[in-house]
Amino acid sequence: MTTATVTGKTDEPVVGTRNYLTEGGVTLRSWLLTRDHKRIAILYTLSITLFFFVGGAAATLIRLNLVTPPGIFTPDVYNRLFTLHGIVMVWFFLIPSIPNTMGNFLIPLMIGAKDLAFPRLNLLSWYLYMAAGLLALFAIVIGGVDTGWTFYTPFSSMYSNGYVVLALAAVFTAGFSSILTGLNFIVTTHRMRAPGMTWYRLPVFVWSNYATSIIMVLATPVLAITLALVAVERLLQVGIFDPALGGDPLLFQHLFWFYSHPAVYIMILPGFGVISEVVPCFARKPLFGYKFVVWSSITISVIGFFVWAHHMFVAGISLYAGLVFSLLSYVIAVPSAIKVFNWTATLHKGWISFDAPMLYALGFIGLFTIGGLTGLFLANLAFDVHVTDTYFVVAHFHYIMVGGMVSAYFAGLHYWWPKVTGRLYHEWWARIAALLIFFGFNLTFFPQFILGYLGMQRRYFSYAPEFQLWNIFSSAGASVLAVGYVLPFFYLGWSLFRGQRAGANPWAATGLEWQTSSPPPTHNFDRTPTVTRPPYQYRPEPEPQDV
Amino acid sequence: MSDARREPWPDPSPEPQYATMAQQAEAASFGMWVFLATEVLFFGGMLLAYAWARGSFPAGFAEAGRHTKIFIGSVNTVVLLTSSFTMAWAVNAAEHGRRRPTAWLLAATALLALLFLALKGVEYHQEWTEHLVPGLNFREEGPNAHAVELFYFLYFMLTGIHGIHVTIGIGLIAVTMVRAWRGAFSERYYTPVEVTGLYWHFVDIVWIFLYPLIYLVGRSGP
Ligand SMILES: [Cu+2]
Repeated sequence: MTTATVTGKTDEPVVGTRNYLTEGGVTLRSWLLTRDHKRIAILYTLSITLFFFVGGAAATLIRLNLVTPPGIFTPDVYNRLFTLHGIVMVWFFLIPSIPNTMGNFLIPLMIGAKDLAFPRLNLLSWYLYMAAGLLALFAIVIGGVDTGWTFYTPFSSMYSNGYVVLALAAVFTAGFSSILTGLNFIVTTHRMRAPGMTWYRLPVFVWSNYATSIIMVLATPVLAITLALVAVERLLQVGIFDPALGGDPLLFQHLFWFYSHPAVYIMILPGFGVISEVVPCFARKPLFGYKFVVWSSITISVIGFFVWAHHMFVAGISLYAGLVFSLLSYVIAVPSAIKVFNWTATLHKGWISFDAPMLYALGFIGLFTIGGLTGLFLANLAFDVHVTDTYFVVAHFHYIMVGGMVSAYFAGLHYWWPKVTGRLYHEWWARIAALLIFFGFNLTFFPQFILGYLGMQRRYFSYAPEFQLWNIFSSAGASVLAVGYVLPFFYLGWSLFRGQRAGANPWAATGLEWQTSSPPPTHNFDRTPTVTRPPYQYRPEPEPQDV
Repeated sequence: MSDARREPWPDPSPEPQYATMAQQAEAASFGMWVFLATEVLFFGGMLLAYAWARGSFPAGFAEAGRHTKIFIGSVNTVVLLTSSFTMAWAVNAAEHGRRRPTAWLLAATALLALLFLALKGVEYHQEWTEHLVPGLNFREEGPNAHAVELFYFLYFMLTGIHGIHVTIGIGLIAVTMVRAWRGAFSERYYTPVEVTGLYWHFVDIVWIFLYPLIYLVGRSGP
């Protein structure tokens, strides 16, 4: 086995001479008013980490409650806990996670630009995100919300006794933050590419974020207006979603899932992008079938708009509609499968090294595949009726969102950490955390497939005694997972101060972001680079000077 | 005068992230197009709700539609279309580097927009006195009362959010007007005028959809 970790070329400029962390001042003001996409990415990283731990704390309490059938919380508290977990994790961690941190940091670097097209808009996006996040936390602190993250009407608009309008306002505002980010990425990808950076020379990470941005721009406004309608309905007791007022709850569900199914791809497509960068680098091979990977991202972002009603098979839509949406949901599995085949084909006969980013990436491929395949179960009408609103569904989307997206987030975090901070982390600790997360995750969520199949309903504070053994497994797994998530805090934090200097290109990777120093200077490149080659020009053996 | 027109201000240099002014201009107008795509979907959600409600309660919607103030609505349509015309003219004037006409035409656009809002205000006031405001003072009898209320709920949501867009537009136009007057634009650089124009035409187009849905549908049948 080999490792691609080399300390970089010696003629690299010494860190601290000129980089975005020190250039332009180190005062709080210089950070809060910055227009540098890299600094805004750091602001985002710090804030989503905070929300990740808020959402994670709620998850911990949920698993704690489910260790015994009677539990420790009242139903009311439990309802607030899973709602908090859902809202925070979806809108304040998963949606912004990779795009707003790594996307923000890397897209300009990867395309050879000095910044995003609209730096002020980028900063505004972060402020909107923070305002939304604080509003959500405020709603939680003064009493919470018990609607679930889905805000189903008429419960949310008429009967819920929580602070629904505040939570709706928070999500509404967060939506505009992601619209602005998507807009910025689209314009940047079109208009800011360096000379020679043709569309087919773009790294897949840029393509994935581009596909994500299309969804952000076209789906999020529908969520925004839908939530606004719910809020008005709740405030004025008049509206179109409550059947008692002549409205239709199914209309709400259609509008909500018109956003929230594509939102699943907002959450996973950037992860595909990260994996497509990491796998070729640590297999030392060009990405297999580049154009297929690229176009499957675009295909997903388009077809993703036409499968939403698979969340409503038991809600009362017609059988005909159910059949159409079922079929389309099968269709969208094809481009996702293409990606998995391409990554595994990239591994084939590669010179594979198992550094931490690669461990996370391999974990992603396995867990995403399980999540994707169980998604096909749920696309099947008959099976879906059996497991709707059970833990089978919970397990399925956690395999995608946590096993997939969070693994991809960590893969990217470790892969680009040396670029962002200029430091290396402790490799063995990182590998241990990766393994803990992988095994902890499976122990947490695999039992939930079984529980769901056996009939345990989701969102209940209690359950039948015969389900307890699997629940104990699940909660035990959650503790392992928690350790795995806390560990990086320590070794990454340590690396910030004591880590070895990284050099420009510690992984001997291709890609423009590795051609500039680590951390990069404020304007990214001393001279605007000219691109002459397609991405991922890896060779099976390490470069001669690295041996 | 002609000197002042030709060289009002030195040509602005692009912001640091751009290589050229041309790139900056392209990015700005493309950004506005993407934003308008967002806006289409934003209004689209409400229009879907409208379509569903009208399909479910055709009689109630027809009845409600006959309560609408078609005279004010029609005048407002003319006002807004005219403002789009002055806007297009302003962009054309800016394209030819004509500083004062640009500013005057923008001022006319903003004034027409204000007139639109004033007329809308009169309309809202009449609806208030007729107890047509759902949730606040709605009072309507008869078998279609619920459907009429739904119509007016959507009416206030749609025209209210459109009104917010008009208000934002007035702000944008006013700022652009002041900049035009001070000579910030030239034949080579008038992107803000163009981008504001794009936005304004969109606001106009939304109204083109709202006008028949609000004022005409109830009046078509027997
Ligand atoms: Cu879905």
